[in-house]
Amino acid sequence: MHELSIVSSVIDQLDELKKQHNGARFTRVGLRVGELAGVDVDCLRFGFECVIKDTPWEHLALEIEEVPRRQRCPACNAEFRAENWATACPQCGEEATILIAGEELQIAYVEVDE
Amino acid sequence: MSQIVVEKKVLNENQKIAAELRDKFRENKILVINIISSPGSGKTTLLERTLERLDKSKRVAVLTGDLQTENDARRLAQWGFPVKQIITGGTCHLDAKMIEKHLADWPLENLDVLIIENVGNLVCPTSYDLGEHCKIVMLSVTEGEDKPLKYPSIFVKSELMLLSKVDLLPYVPFNAELAKQNARSVHPGIQIIETSCKGEGLDAWMKWLEEKLAAVKVGETVSA
Repeated sequence: MHELSIVSSVIDQLDELKKQHNGARFTRVGLRVGELAGVDVDCLRFGFECVIKDTPWEHLALEIEEVPRRQRCPACNAEFRAENWATACPQCGEEATILIAGEELQIAYVEVDE
Repeated sequence: MSQIVVEKKVLNENQKIAAELRDKFRENKILVINIISSPGSGKTTLLERTLERLDKSKRVAVLTGDLQTENDARRLAQWGFPVKQIITGGTCHLDAKMIEKHLADWPLENLDVLIIENVGNLVCPTSYDLGEHCKIVMLSVTEGEDKPLKYPSIFVKSELMLLSKVDLLPYVPFNAELAKQNARSVHPGIQIIETSCKGEGLDAWMKWLEEKLAAVKVGETVSA
């Protein structure tokens, strides 16, 4: 249940970004959350609503892109989605594959009303 | 309507402090490990056994996190190494700022190993980099074999899994092979040591720690 601290970190960065853009009005923020980020997306949405309520960010929309886990095979270079934690390479059977996506916890973009 | 590309980590501020800590640890050649598990898996007991066995010439310090009480620090202080309790006051994880604050008055140049015992929680501590060399996840045999599948993030991020309380295996319906297989399926390269506070596996664990420390001392880049 650390989603509230995560929302606060997002808002802190948006405060900073708003200053850098001379007080531009942000209408939407896009987050990217990997399935291995340890963040519950529903809790994040709920926390977001709670944190922005009655603040200058009240009308900010939240968009979350959920990023599935992907692996790369060092033997045959295949890249694949690791579904149900099956990390062995579906092409050649190699077991020691490398994580290439799924740990993201990023602010991807903001939309500005001009 | 236009879009500004941000592409920044949400926990940027934590990451910044963690990077500063990591630099300090590297400069002073200190091995820093971050131990994470559910409440009651045996982190504090493992640390007691570890401190008891450690060569007293090693300069070791412990930061231990809990929501409340100084109990763990008291338990660990009896081995003569400096121990500090971080009381988070309800927060479910340690973050880099707490580590920075509690290290402020400790002379880092006098340290070889810093052990951080995180708050008992398999979810939230996963997201916070503390500047450590590696995370270690502990799973006890009184939990479920499927924990690695239920909480994959921490198993993916940990270099080592300690399977604890193995002395209880004859009494509990826990399939150790399945648990290890599950851990390896979410993190193919994870190392695994089976331990018990009665003594099993403690030599292997101490050897792992010694080898890590030796690597840090020669300035080898240990995974971050």
